Formats: sequence, C-alpha cells, structure tokens
Amino acid sequence: MKTSKVASYFKMPKLSYRVWRVWRRDQDVFMKTYKVNFIPPLVEPIFYLLGLGLGLGDFVQLVGNVHYIDFIAPALVATSMMYSSFFECTYASFVRMYYQKTFDAIIATPVSLEEVIAGELLWGATKSIINSTIVLGVILLFGLVHTPFFLLILPLSFLVGLLFSAIAMCFTAITPNIDSFNYPAFLFITPMFILSGTFFPMGGLPVAVQMLANIFFPLTHAVMLTRALTLEGLNPTLLLNLSWLLVTTPFFFVLSINMMKKRLIK
Amino acid sequence: MQSEVVIEAEGLTKKFGNLVAVDSLGFQVFKGECFGFLGPNGAGKTTTIKMVNCVLPLTAGKLTVAGMDVIKQAREIKKMIGVAPQEDNLDPDFTVLHNLIVYARYFDIPKIEAQKRAEELLRFVQLDEKSKVLIDQLSAGMKRRLILARALINEPQILILDEPTTGLDPQARHLIWDKVRSLQKEGVTIVLTTHYMEEAAQLCDRTVIMDNGKIIEEGKPSDLIKKHVGEEVLEVAYDEEVLKFLKNAFPDARLDVVSDRIQVFTNQPRGVFTQILNKFSFKAAMIRDANLEDVFLKLTGRRLRE
Repeated sequence: MKTSKVASYFKMPKLSYRVWRVWRRDQDVFMKTYKVNFIPPLVEPIFYLLGLGLGLGDFVQLVGNVHYIDFIAPALVATSMMYSSFFECTYASFVRMYYQKTFDAIIATPVSLEEVIAGELLWGATKSIINSTIVLGVILLFGLVHTPFFLLILPLSFLVGLLFSAIAMCFTAITPNIDSFNYPAFLFITPMFILSGTFFPMGGLPVAVQMLANIFFPLTHAVMLTRALTLEGLNPTLLLNLSWLLVTTPFFFVLSINMMKKRLIK
Repeated sequence: MQSEVVIEAEGLTKKFGNLVAVDSLGFQVFKGECFGFLGPNGAGKTTTIKMVNCVLPLTAGKLTVAGMDVIKQAREIKKMIGVAPQEDNLDPDFTVLHNLIVYARYFDIPKIEAQKRAEELLRFVQLDEKSKVLIDQLSAGMKRRLILARALINEPQILILDEPTTGLDPQARHLIWDKVRSLQKEGVTIVLTTHYMEEAAQLCDRTVIMDNGKIIEEGKPSDLIKKHVGEEVLEVAYDEEVLKFLKNAFPDARLDVVSDRIQVFTNQPRGVFTQILNKFSFKAAMIRDANLEDVFLKLTGRRLRE
C-alpha cells in the first residue's frame, strides 16, 4: 500500500507531440509583449556588473588573480536561468491554472493534463534559455567571456531551466494560494542566490553550509558549470556538477507532473 | 426513429472523498437529440458531463461515448466533442479571433483551416466585428457566444453545454437558443445542463431531472408536466376559508401554499378552474399553464441548495 503510494508520484507520464501545442500557446503570449519581456534580463545584469563588479570589485582580492567582475558575471547568467524558470512555473503557471482556468480549457481538447504540465515545464526551460542568453550577451559585450566554451551555456540553460521549472511546479502543485509562493521564494530561492558560490567563493562559508549548498542547491552546480564555461573551460570536476543536474532533472520532471495530476484530477 | 445511442451510462458513480456527487446513474443519449440534465445546484449535473467529456475519472460504473470507453479512449472521444463550460475559461491573453486559432491548434487543425473556421464561427455567433478585441472587453453575453464558437471549432458531433445562458439577458439568451436549435438541425447531438426550466422546455427533446446525484425523473418536458402537475395551475391569494373551499372542490388535487399564495395542481382536464372562477370570485386569482418549473419544484422541493 505504502510503496504503491510513493510509486504513484513517479508514474511515467504519457506524452506526445501535443506538449508543443501548450508550449506554443505560452510562446504566443510571450511574443505579444516581447519588447517588455526583454527589458529585465537586459538591464538587471548591467546594474550588477556596474555596482558589484566595478564598485565593490575594487575592494575584493580573489585567489588566482581573477577579477571580481569576471567572477560574478557567469553567476549572473546562472541566476537568470533560475529566476526566469522558477517564477514562470510558480506565479505564471499558477495564474494560468487557477485564475485563468487555461488548463481546464485545454484538457477539454485531445491534449492531456500531463501534456499541459510538460508543456509548461518546457516553456519554463525556454524562458531560462531566452533570459540567460540575453545576460550572456551583456557579459560578452562587457568583455567578460574568456573561452569559446561559453556556447555550451545554451544547452546548459535548458537543463537548468527545466530543473527549476520542475521544482517550481512541485510548489505550484501544493500551494494553497498565490501568496504562499513567498515561502519557496524567500526560503529556497533567495538563500540559494546568496550561498551558491555566486558572489563569493564557497570556501569562505562554514563547512556545513558548503555541504548543504552542494547537496541541495541546484544553483551551486549551475554556477560552477557556467563559471567554467566563461572563465577557464572544461575540467573533470564539472562532470559531478553535470551528473547532479542530469539525475535531479528527470526526477523532478516526473514528480511535478504527478503532483499536479493529484492536485487537478480528483 | 431514435435508434443510435451515442452516450450510454450504467451505474455511473463519482465520489469526492465521502461525498457521493453522482450516484449510480443510468441514461442513454440518442444521436441527433437534445438531451437535458435538470437539477438544482449541487445535483451532480456538471460532474456528470465532466465524466462524459473525459476530464474527470469515474469512481465506478461504465460510461461510453460513441461506443468508446471514456477512460481507455479519452483522446478519441475528446476529438469529437465540443464543450462550452459553465465557467469562463477563455484565454485573456489573446484576442477573440486568436482564442479560436489557439484552441484549434489543440485539435491539430491546420492553420489555414483554423483561420477559415474561426472567421465563420465568429459570424455564426455574431462576433465578427469583435475579432480583434481582447477578452476582458467583452460583455458576459459575448463571452458565452465566444465560448460556444470555441466549442464548435473542431466540428463536434456532440456538443456539451453546461449552463449555457446563466446570467444572460433575454436577448443574449434567445440568440444562444437559436444557435443551439440550428446546430441540432445540422445533426449535432446536444447535451445541456440547466436550472432554467424554460430553457429545457424550449430546447430539449428529453430531459432527466437530477437531485442529490440521482436521476429522479426522465422524459419529454411536455410529458413530465402532464404527468406531475397537470395542464393548468390555479393560483389565488392565501385565505383560510378559500383553502378549505378549494380542498373540498378539488379533493384529488395537490394544494401548495407558497408564501401568501395557494397553488392548485390537478390531473383534471383544462377548463375546471375556469368553471370555478366563473361561479366564485377569489382575490388575485389566476389560471396559468403548468410548466416544467412546477414539476421541478414538486420533485426537488423548495429547500434552498448550497
């Protein structure tokens, strides 16, 4: 009984090409207001680079002679992956599910609920690609990219975006109301933003916090990978970071779809 | 004549936790007819049609649409059904026209065909002038019409209308009724839920009356009226003496006292009330045709629901 209950959260969803119909719907909405949508990822990193990178950077001495601005630039790319996908599949998905009843309208057609959720997750991952690519463009213009491996950030942003979308969708499946997204936003996303080796090397943190960040924070791994891909290129330890992402992403992808099914199909 | 069964339910049951929303229903809907689910709020009408539409799993029983099982062949069934839900779930992010185009995509309708059908349907529901308007600028009646148009985008063989005219003014309601009739003429099977008795009487070939998740009566609206409340109803102002008199005059009749009025229902043929009124004069007396609402109130009571 108990094992079958756990197993019901990891049932393989049956997906078809119809997932893309849902993705297309979200993309259509995005394209209607694309000019406005491009502003935050374009402007925000500029302020971080000027304020933290140049302003604070003068006071910071890093090991290995890395400039502080070079150190935080890839982290800005990684955090944009996190924020864009996480907020897409929490607040935005919740609005579509709860207020607009968009999911109800779609599942009355040959598209299934599993496909609706998968489409939302893929759209969240797409938002991660779009936003992080814009941030990447900014740091390229600032001359903060030092290896051609940066091109691999594109596929990486899809993977990281899909993971954060799926984690976000798990919260969407259990949140009683839209205000309750404050909990994951401030207790999970904000600490991650600060403690994942984003603005200072992890080595300065207490060992327990370091372990925590390595085990539980997807952003830690995303930052390690993006930093390598803009600063020094590939190294073997990156395989650990990549493996972490490759294991957790399908786990949360399947889990979030099943959790949403339990919320919406009584 | 009505031979081909398109929707068939047997022992259809839906429980939400301990609440039995739909309690072993059995019914058949024939091809080309307009079939109505009548009932007060919470009777289980919407739950029933959500199961027909394959979006709500059954707790028990069997339900087939066009011979296909709603659980095993949900995708195939949904392709041939159009649904106009009770709640407005139009996509507020899009214009009127784009709502239809995006919806057509979920049915794999190619873009050119979708555009053509969308424009035709907007003319059909008289919204062609609003095609570039955003949803929140539409009136309630326009939204209902757009929802109807959206339900037709896949050229459904079965059209499900959940409370299609709730909250509409008479003009908008009659327009919807006209459209439903013309669709039925084209051979579309129509399943509708309503708590407007006039709507059921106007549109439905057959109805079932539901209460507390069960079907309590079934038949043609006109037959149901004759069977349960007769042809005519006499209404007079309440008065102790008059009530006594009427009880004597119509020993077989049912007398209801509703607030300050007495209603008399009888199985006797048309005209008996006129005879009485010719001889005696009662305060505020009137004779009216019995209607489905009388049947409904008789069967489901006057207690408020929810």
